[in-house]
Amino acid sequence: MKHIKVLGSGCRNCEITANVIGQAAQEAGIEVEIEKVTDIAEIMAYGVMSTPGVVVDGKLVHAGGIPAPDQARAWVRD
Amino acid sequence: MFDAFARVLAFGVLGLNPASRSGAAVHFFIMDVAKLFVLLVVVIYVMGLLRALVAPERVREFVRGRPDWQARGLAVSLGAVTPFCSCSSVPLFIGFVEAGIPLGITFSFLIASPMINEVAAVILVGVLGWKLAALYVLAGLVVAWFGGMVMQRFRPERWVEDYVWKIRVGEAALPTPDRSFAGRHGYALSEVREIVGRIWKWVLIGIGVGALFHGFVPAAWVSEHLGGDSWYTVPAAVILGIPLYSNATGVIPVAEAMLGKGVAVGTTLALMMSVAALSLPEMLILRKVIQWQALALFAAVLATAFTLVGWGFNAIV
Repeated sequence: MKHIKVLGSGCRNCEITANVIGQAAQEAGIEVEIEKVTDIAEIMAYGVMSTPGVVVDGKLVHAGGIPAPDQARAWVRD
Repeated sequence: MFDAFARVLAFGVLGLNPASRSGAAVHFFIMDVAKLFVLLVVVIYVMGLLRALVAPERVREFVRGRPDWQARGLAVSLGAVTPFCSCSSVPLFIGFVEAGIPLGITFSFLIASPMINEVAAVILVGVLGWKLAALYVLAGLVVAWFGGMVMQRFRPERWVEDYVWKIRVGEAALPTPDRSFAGRHGYALSEVREIVGRIWKWVLIGIGVGALFHGFVPAAWVSEHLGGDSWYTVPAAVILGIPLYSNATGVIPVAEAMLGKGVAVGTTLALMMSVAALSLPEMLILRKVIQWQALALFAAVLATAFTLVGWGFNAIV
């Protein structure tokens, strides 16, 4: 199962990002584990400064804004 | 064009009297909503298309390891061309500290960032003309430059929270952006959605306040109390602006209405800067990385700087 982390110190955009990914996974019928990372030290360890950021299976794929639904679909699929 | 559109809507469709207070206010409101949102969308889209927006992850790479004056110049100009959300302030602050960038330079960046951005600058030109836009941007750059220098004098390092020094920042391996036109177009659209989605409330509130001021505050009262002759109007404007918070774009319609009624230029600029750069929410966010003493100092330095700028312009113009 894919492990997706949403990096962000709890601002509204981070919530929305988690929802966008959750929805994409649901539509595709794929089970993913979404974890919200709010600890600033862990976020910075990925080198991310513009939140929200997205990490898929340990790899940073996105930073600085709410991702488009297309992007989220690509992350849960492959 | 926007004026004509607003006339038709306010006086034609809604049947308001152009000479009445509410008529003037509604006309101002419709005109500015149309003008500002069209400008916002166009400006952000074009910037996005050119990929002119710098990611905050890149900023510290540019600034680190340079001599002070170069680093400060870069910090101030990058702060000015990047419309960051205030939620990025904390990670940026930590990233700067970790890169060994002096705190005074970090403060220069933190002052310039909310006060000036290229989107607000273009809209300023569109609404208030290029002279005032240039004055505002120039004053903002100067305040950011010297504000950070003054902060450095007080050795703010002692007020940084301990955990900040311990954080290690990883190398951001950001995916390379799509350079095709379709990729740029998609990026530009998402920037428009993101930025307009974030600031539309501030812009609407600003237009509302501007419209009320335009319609209901008599010009005679303004020239008597806010004309720039009395010394205390500038500090009063700065103090008024501290609890008030808006985005840099949101204060533009307020400034437009104030200048239209004859409020002195320096007083207006001081209020704009205070509203955009000095705010309680921003302070609370920064409280996560620095202690109250540093925040109080930060507020005092900025308030003094804005007051001096206001007095200066009132004396010259």
